[in-house]
Amino acid sequence: MDLELMTNSFPKLLSAAVITLKLLSVSLIIGLFIGLFFAILRLSKNILINRFAYGYSYIFRGTPLLVQIFIIYFGLGQIEYLRSTALWVILKEPYWCAIIAFALNTGAYTSEILRSAFQTIKPGIIEAGKSLGISNKVIFYKIQIPIAVRQSLPAYGNEIILMMKGTSLASTVTIMDLTGVAKYIISTTFKPIEVFIVAGGIYLFMTFIIHNVIKFLEKKYSFN
Amino acid sequence: MNIFKKTIFSVLLSLLVMGNVYADKIRIGTEGAYPPWNSKNEAGKLIGFEVELAYTLCRYIGQQCVIVEQDWDGMIPALIMRKFDAIMAGMSITAERQKAISFSQGYADEVASLAVMKGSSLEGLDTSAGINLTKPNAAAKKDLKTLTAALAGKTVCVQTATIHQNFLDSGDVGKVNVRTYKTQDEVNLDLASGRCDAALAAAVAFSDYAEKSGKPVVLTGPTFSGGAFGNGVGVGIRKDDTELLKKFNAAINKARKNGDISRIATKWFGFDASM
Repeated sequence: MDLELMTNSFPKLLSAAVITLKLLSVSLIIGLFIGLFFAILRLSKNILINRFAYGYSYIFRGTPLLVQIFIIYFGLGQIEYLRSTALWVILKEPYWCAIIAFALNTGAYTSEILRSAFQTIKPGIIEAGKSLGISNKVIFYKIQIPIAVRQSLPAYGNEIILMMKGTSLASTVTIMDLTGVAKYIISTTFKPIEVFIVAGGIYLFMTFIIHNVIKFLEKKYSFN
Repeated sequence: MNIFKKTIFSVLLSLLVMGNVYADKIRIGTEGAYPPWNSKNEAGKLIGFEVELAYTLCRYIGQQCVIVEQDWDGMIPALIMRKFDAIMAGMSITAERQKAISFSQGYADEVASLAVMKGSSLEGLDTSAGINLTKPNAAAKKDLKTLTAALAGKTVCVQTATIHQNFLDSGDVGKVNVRTYKTQDEVNLDLASGRCDAALAAAVAFSDYAEKSGKPVVLTGPTFSGGAFGNGVGVGIRKDDTELLKKFNAAINKARKNGDISRIATKWFGFDASM
């Protein structure tokens, strides 16, 4: 065990973890909006809208994240027409390709989490609102959404942790995130165990923080 | 002995026997994604210069060989962890790698070059044909200056953990935006898509890609050797495995003398890259 290598690589890996957190937070924020949007579509009575939203979540939950990144990064890069459009400014950058893939992926899972949370709301609560003469819109924004968000916290916390680990795939499209830098250090030192232990430790620490934040929020917003 | 114990015992026994079967075969690791050095055909079979050479060398050694596939970025760690006994994967002999493993004498020369898409502003740089970086002469120094100016702020793509990456990281051509990929295939794809302004790899890797894909990839600037580019391609072997190192060195001598290396190199590269 090369302890010197471990201490030397720690600061480099720590600064790479910032890239990982950036990827994670940006894709989670975008993914949350996508998820909420598609969850609402899923609640629609219109069969076409419903099917469309279901199709989206089915595709992105049914294929590996790695495949999604490769299709967006290498796949779209092969389409010559796309390269002449303004879209290429975004798709040219590995960073944005990864964000798009992550956001669409987590959006699909988030939409499922939120949809099931909406559906667990007891009809009595909504009826109570109606009997007080509150409009449907206000019921939705002031009653349904807060309850759904609280209901989905445990599942969403898991999704954040899964996504955090998923960002390691960004290294496959040349992004120097935590995993990317770990691989780079290994490529010059040929000592994978030491470097991956440090990198794994940093991932574990990030999971620990996310886990506890979610736990705190769960407690704070518990119904009791 | 009950049936459970019997099962465990027989499984362990068969593992032992299997271990022995493998013991007298030399396992050689290669990447299978760096044509024409080593690659895979449509059927998924490993082919290429080094695959053919490996079997030839094993014949001279007088032992059977198994060729094992391994991702490039884990090649040296896999050797050290005894997943196989030797590396033949277009791996250049460099001082950095020699800290971790031993190398046989070189069997082939890898000439590195920059490549760009036709019509790029980097096409047709005013440099000499080739430079050696071990003891750079005046012409080589002038070429490095030309390259530094031309590549400033450009994105140059390379496969990860290669001599090409080491060279760009060394600062010999100034501050270049280096992008690293897991395989050379991916480097080629992004060169063609325009995400890379230039790419650096073995010149034959680009000519092979240009030929097979029909994409207008052209070489530019000087060819590189020496210095960060190492001293030819050799067989990588664990440091404590001196016996195997001797065997490979002797086999390479014989194969060279009999013209096998030249013949196989000419077959795969189109020219004699043997050394």
